[in-house]
Amino acid sequence: MRTRAIVSRQLSQRVAFGLLVLATIIVVVPALLIILKIVISGAGTIGWEFLTQPPSQAGKAGGIFPAIVGTFYLMLGTFVFSLPIGVMAGIYLAEYAPRNWLTRAINMAIINLAGVPSIVYGLFGLGVFVLALNLGMSLLAATLTLACQALAMTITTSREAILAVPREYREGSLAIGATKWQTVRHLILPQARPGIITGAVLAMSRAAGETAPILVVGAAFLMRGLPQSPSDQFMALAYHLYTVAAHVPGMPKDTIWAVALVLLVVVLSFNVLATIIRLRTRQRRYG
Amino acid sequence: MNTDQMFFNKRNAQSNRAKLRTEKVNLYYGDFQALRDISLEIPGRAITAVIGPSGCGKSSFLRLFNRMNDLIPGARVEGHVEIDGVPIYDSSIDVVELRKMVGMVFQKPNPFPMSVFENVAFGPRRHGIKNRIELEDIVERALHRAVLWEEVKDKLDQSAFALSGGQQQRLCIARVLAVEPEVILMDEPCSALDPVATLKIEDLMRSLAENYTIVIVTHNMQQAARVSDMAAFLMMEEDRAGVLVEYGVTSQIFTKPKDKRTEDYITGRFG
Repeated sequence: MRTRAIVSRQLSQRVAFGLLVLATIIVVVPALLIILKIVISGAGTIGWEFLTQPPSQAGKAGGIFPAIVGTFYLMLGTFVFSLPIGVMAGIYLAEYAPRNWLTRAINMAIINLAGVPSIVYGLFGLGVFVLALNLGMSLLAATLTLACQALAMTITTSREAILAVPREYREGSLAIGATKWQTVRHLILPQARPGIITGAVLAMSRAAGETAPILVVGAAFLMRGLPQSPSDQFMALAYHLYTVAAHVPGMPKDTIWAVALVLLVVVLSFNVLATIIRLRTRQRRYG
Repeated sequence: MNTDQMFFNKRNAQSNRAKLRTEKVNLYYGDFQALRDISLEIPGRAITAVIGPSGCGKSSFLRLFNRMNDLIPGARVEGHVEIDGVPIYDSSIDVVELRKMVGMVFQKPNPFPMSVFENVAFGPRRHGIKNRIELEDIVERALHRAVLWEEVKDKLDQSAFALSGGQQQRLCIARVLAVEPEVILMDEPCSALDPVATLKIEDLMRSLAENYTIVIVTHNMQQAARVSDMAAFLMMEEDRAGVLVEYGVTSQIFTKPKDKRTEDYITGRFG
């Protein structure tokens, strides 16, 4: 009786373990296959010319230089516009906001904002930045739109990074007569900085991959040159990929994969950067 | 009357007036009453121990004097709390200035994640001292007074986390001393430390008592008996509100307690 119970317990343990491994494989394998396919098919096309020349013949020839630059502008703009506001809102929500139903509702709303479909942000940007504020279809309107979308993430990560700073530090600082703002500024923010930056970098890399919102606020399919001012239109990798894949007949397939590969490298390298920032500061803190 | 007590009484007679005073203090956290009707006078330049079973409100009582209870949502104080005769819950009181004057040392050493030097300089910097030489002077003096200077003078730029637990706690005391307080509140400052480190902190407390008013919350009866001049015994009533059972000169509390409950507690019959 006893041995049978043990055997069946071990059996269920093995089944559970097997299912967990299987689930992990189901998640990981397709992702690896996609990356593998992109690298194999795309790597051959990528060369100096592809990375540094403007496109010609509707993207069938030439390179994607303006799209790369445009994507970096979008990322930079997203970072610059969303980080300060995100951090300030995060500080307010973590340190100053009264703990009541309204604050809880605001926190919930912000978390839910991250789940709003990106095309909705695009329409918001079209309505507010392009039309109402009369910024036109432009790089500025697009970065502001992406920054709005990124805010949900920067606010949430800032707030969480600030809340993760131990209470003992706050008490120790307040107990020697530092003001709340001094405590935030000199003790809590330096501690929360890696978490905040990590969140902002991840938000940037997400902005690089967005197609739908910039589609309606100023992304251009083909531009020979680079945008000369924030009010110009611009090219972007994600949007370029969408157009050459879906709207250019007779497009060489490998070129499409190559665009995908460049986009992937840009996005992944920023994700890696975020991870490095997090790991390095963790080492420094406890090492 | 033993010599300690005579010495204490003489010293107390010089200052004559209570440094800290509470009168009919009630403390509430929301609907819960944490302290009830607490009235006592704490002498200056002496060590007063607050003892009592867990959860009787000792820490809450301690935190009355630097208004740290204010940080807890729903906390409310009734009655009078005075320092040098000044009511510190008056609306005219600047809490930041109050906490400069009334420093606090916590149960778990809580050095900041920065260098030894910056830990001690943190308070003075926040209070507007920018001159490097002046800061160095303050830091060195504070570390001397906390009897830590000899141990850390060569590692001022190292992380405070590299210090031992006892050193960290003395660093936290130095951090408090650097802002020139008059009162130091200590909330079980030795509960996370080994016996040797504990004795060092106790020696330090005795030497600090020459210049500062110290109030210490402790679970350790021997510690209270060893270091304190005065002792207050708090206990919970049935609704869990803390009340003051007995207050007096430490030697009397520990040898001839007036209240049966005090005697039971200090002899280890409960708590």
